[in-house]
Amino acid sequence: MSKPDRPQGAPAGTKRIPTPTEPDVDVIVVGAGPAGAAAALVLARAGRSVYLLERGPFPGSKNMYGGVIYGRILDTLIPRWWEEAPVQRWVTRRATMVMTPTQALTIDYRTAAWGEAPYNGATAFRPDFDAWLADHAVAAGATLVPSTTAVGLLRGDRGQIVGVQTDRPDGDLTARLVIACDGVNSFLAKEAGLYHHPEAEHFTLGAKEVLALPRDEIEKRFGLRGLEGADFEIIGCTPGIAGGGFIYTNLESVAVGVVLSLEDLKRSGKRPEELIAGLKAHPAVAPLVEGAELTEYSAHLIPEAGLHMMPELYGPGMLVAGDAGAFCLAAGIWLEGVNFAIGSGKVAGEVAVQALRAGDTSATFLGRYQDALTDTFALADHIKLQGAPALVMSDNVQRRYPELVCSLVESLFTVTNPTPKKGALRLAREAAKGSGVRLRDLARDGWAALRSYG
Amino acid sequence: MSVHPTPSGWSEVSFEDRMALVDFRLSSRAHITVDGDACRGCTTKACVTACPANLFVPVSDGSIVFNYEQCFECGTCYLVCDESGAITWTYPDGGHGVVFHKS
Repeated sequence: MSKPDRPQGAPAGTKRIPTPTEPDVDVIVVGAGPAGAAAALVLARAGRSVYLLERGPFPGSKNMYGGVIYGRILDTLIPRWWEEAPVQRWVTRRATMVMTPTQALTIDYRTAAWGEAPYNGATAFRPDFDAWLADHAVAAGATLVPSTTAVGLLRGDRGQIVGVQTDRPDGDLTARLVIACDGVNSFLAKEAGLYHHPEAEHFTLGAKEVLALPRDEIEKRFGLRGLEGADFEIIGCTPGIAGGGFIYTNLESVAVGVVLSLEDLKRSGKRPEELIAGLKAHPAVAPLVEGAELTEYSAHLIPEAGLHMMPELYGPGMLVAGDAGAFCLAAGIWLEGVNFAIGSGKVAGEVAVQALRAGDTSATFLGRYQDALTDTFALADHIKLQGAPALVMSDNVQRRYPELVCSLVESLFTVTNPTPKKGALRLAREAAKGSGVRLRDLARDGWAALRSYG
Repeated sequence: MSVHPTPSGWSEVSFEDRMALVDFRLSSRAHITVDGDACRGCTTKACVTACPANLFVPVSDGSIVFNYEQCFECGTCYLVCDESGAITWTYPDGGHGVVFHKS
């Protein structure tokens, strides 16, 4: 076949072909991010032929995050991965900051345990990390096909998915099964009719600056030694826009960014880089980043809404994993994505192996993907935390509670001599009143939080 | 573009300089096209402020001029767009477009 004849700038859609008796390959995995690489690795190790398609010039080249990779899921794929993975720093300091424009309360946790094998989490550059993981898939026998965009689907006689159209000359590739790991915009899941909630309200925009600082300066500012790293997650730093912020350390740079509700960003008329500038100018943040030189600016969408936006995860001849399947946990105290991508990709690979062995890639058979996911964190955590994203993005959690806790702590620690001290309960009542928090809201949100996090 | 002074005295880089730090591998094909006529009736024009790469420029006749070259391929514009069909969005041809290095 020749290059797909699509009008310039228009999606290719779906092409019907006779179901191939001898497809080009067992499985086409679209997207060589952590989900796709994990799926391809599992398939290749099982002896299956795999094309791992990547639209960028190398895996990870289109990817950004904000930004800790949690390692336990890697243990099951690459034993002692920490001896070879291209990480920047091991996170030994995890802080949660609650902010108003002039105040900040920080819960700052440090542990030596996370600085030793098997390590809890690491910061890394995704172009390094994703390429490393994809290298493992290639070493196991998968064929990486970079610089190749999947622009549409191929469907066979009975409507089942039998491959993808790519933008290469002779670009149609056929397979027994397609695994869509094509990222947050997943045009393949949409084209397959699996994606039912593509509305803006389910997405956030992440925008990030990487700021260069000398290694010893980072260690001084963040109180770190050697390869220790810090991760600060922030709420209350995006005035008028539901979202949050983050600061984390690389070896010789600090990443600072914001996460912004698309609906609120749209209404606010504010620009993403202005909101990053506002965060950097905050009195609790400025000393950490001032004078640092911008070396890269990046932006990416985040599937924020968890279970509520999740597409159907399988169809005839197709599985969906990673951001394409909304496997990204935005639950406030837990912000995880790369591990969910790897976890879902791994299960997709395992189910694909079973399906190929059974010679059955029907939707009925592939339904066991959903069951297998429910048995592991990748979907179980989303089911458990289905109420968390909406709670975290609510006006109370975004604005009123930060104001409440900051003004309470300020009044507790402001010495008012010669006026006698007020009791803590009275201060709490005054702070609640001042920030417009109603007791019944607190009770309701407390109950919702308990149901999600408890 | 202006340089924004910050409270602590150091300055933000200009937007042009910010974008010049990013590696873009140019394709001859515009992967996103904007129908400026459709934009004329749009009162929100959210793409203009929401696009993190600042690629949507309102012009005097009420339409929008778009430059695809320094695009992060994030998808924000088509999601915030109020005018059905105004933005046609695809990924750049393989190997082209943004390439992150320190993300």
